[in-house]
Amino acid sequence: MPAVAGPAAQPHSRPFIRPGAPAIVLAPMTEPGKVLATFHVNGEPHEVAFPPHKTLLEVLREELNLTGTKHGCELGECGTCTVQVDGVPILSCLMLAVDAVGRPVQTVEGLADGPQLTELQHALADLGAAQCGYCTPGILMTAEALLRDNDRPTREQIRQCLAGNLCRCTGYLKIFEAVELAAARCRGEQAEPSKESIHGS
Amino acid sequence: MLRLPTFTYHRPKTAAEAVRLASEHGKEAMYVAGGTDLYPNMKRRHQVPTQVISLQDVPGLHDVEVHGSGGVRIGAMVRLTKLEHHAHLKQHYPGFAHAVREISTPLLRNMGPIGGNLLLDTRCTYYDQSHEWRESIDFCMKKDGAICWVAPGSPRCWAVQSSDTVPVLCAMEAEVELVGADGTRRIKCDELYRDDGIVYLTKRPEELLTKVFLPPPGAWKASYLKLRRRDTYDFPILGVGACLWLDGDGVVTKANVRLGGAGSYAIPATETEKLLVGNQLTDERIAAAGSAAMKPARTMDNTDLDVYWRRKVAPVYVARALAACR
Repeated sequence: MPAVAGPAAQPHSRPFIRPGAPAIVLAPMTEPGKVLATFHVNGEPHEVAFPPHKTLLEVLREELNLTGTKHGCELGECGTCTVQVDGVPILSCLMLAVDAVGRPVQTVEGLADGPQLTELQHALADLGAAQCGYCTPGILMTAEALLRDNDRPTREQIRQCLAGNLCRCTGYLKIFEAVELAAARCRGEQAEPSKESIHGS
Repeated sequence: MLRLPTFTYHRPKTAAEAVRLASEHGKEAMYVAGGTDLYPNMKRRHQVPTQVISLQDVPGLHDVEVHGSGGVRIGAMVRLTKLEHHAHLKQHYPGFAHAVREISTPLLRNMGPIGGNLLLDTRCTYYDQSHEWRESIDFCMKKDGAICWVAPGSPRCWAVQSSDTVPVLCAMEAEVELVGADGTRRIKCDELYRDDGIVYLTKRPEELLTKVFLPPPGAWKASYLKLRRRDTYDFPILGVGACLWLDGDGVVTKANVRLGGAGSYAIPATETEKLLVGNQLTDERIAAAGSAAMKPARTMDNTDLDVYWRRKVAPVYVARALAACR
């Protein structure tokens, strides 16, 4: 059996400091038609050179390799590309990357704290509220914003909130139940998924 | 992956600078507010400006101001989500607040402002498709082609007015402010639109829509009712905006009824309006007024669902919108 790989390399955004050594200065990776800017994604700064007509989705996936954010219709009709900018869930396929510069961007990669999932992620996993999983990053980012503002959302409020996130697998019921379960757990209640939710009635 | 074509991106700091940029680049330039209409259109190569002028840094467009009279001035860059949850609008302009809530999805309303919604591009089954789809049947006259696929003998384009706020704002006689190279003008919402699928606005391309003015609350009541396939996402295939002025006895003194999603502009249902004025809003009167709306709801086969069914439900929807004004 091959040796287990060590911890993954740290992201390149971490400052590379060698005391006493001459600073390594990389030539800015700009070429004509590109802009160089620093994004603040999940609390980390990322310096990226990109053409100004790129959407935030393209820069996240193709320049920063944050492929947790999915691309679906790319026309604002499916919601799977949802990320939070300034804490507000938006469609990254319809926002220019240059417009997100200098604003905090939160993607699905930034939810979990290392191996520690959020209550919402736990609840979706517990209930099987993700099937193919393609809509899940968008659902998580939208529902996370809802739970931040409202710790006791009604079923109707959850439905309204997720009205912009298409899911073709689950029929939404498990997703709604998962958001309710996560809300209950966030309030400190000892909530478990109902037997019917797991095994059917 | 659908990608945007290349363009030069401007973020002017004043309205005057935005207008100057737009004038300078002429047909090559377009304004962008939220981008939720323009960017999908650019991805499908419906609109291909080489100069995109963003209005996000223009000051004075991001606020909702309530005047002493109760009237409201809304900056063109105010996000729909903010309007949807605005306490004064919900209380005094429930018809308008409802229309805002009916627009697309919460995620899109987080991005799209009211100004962009008022200037939404007209839509059509044969237009709102990918470049390849349109090329395969030959392009239509709205972009790149010469024929109207909805009515092949037609000399004009029949693309449909699809904004949810337009019918109700026109009905309640809201006004808009336009800033151009030679000054500012304020016109009625109705006067902003023309009956043409291609040139659907009366404003000059470089004119900038900066503000929307809602009339003070009074002895009038407005409502909006939307027909669509799903409860979310979909554009209206019929959007009834109604506004009725009532006297103390419940008699209609003035009526405005506009049909969105039916033609290239919010069509006035004039017969319906005539039947209402001078009468009380009895069930019979409302039903008769609704039936009179079948003719102006001249549905064509260029949006979702069956064209004849849509025409048949138009009277029902108009009647329901009128009943909501009681």
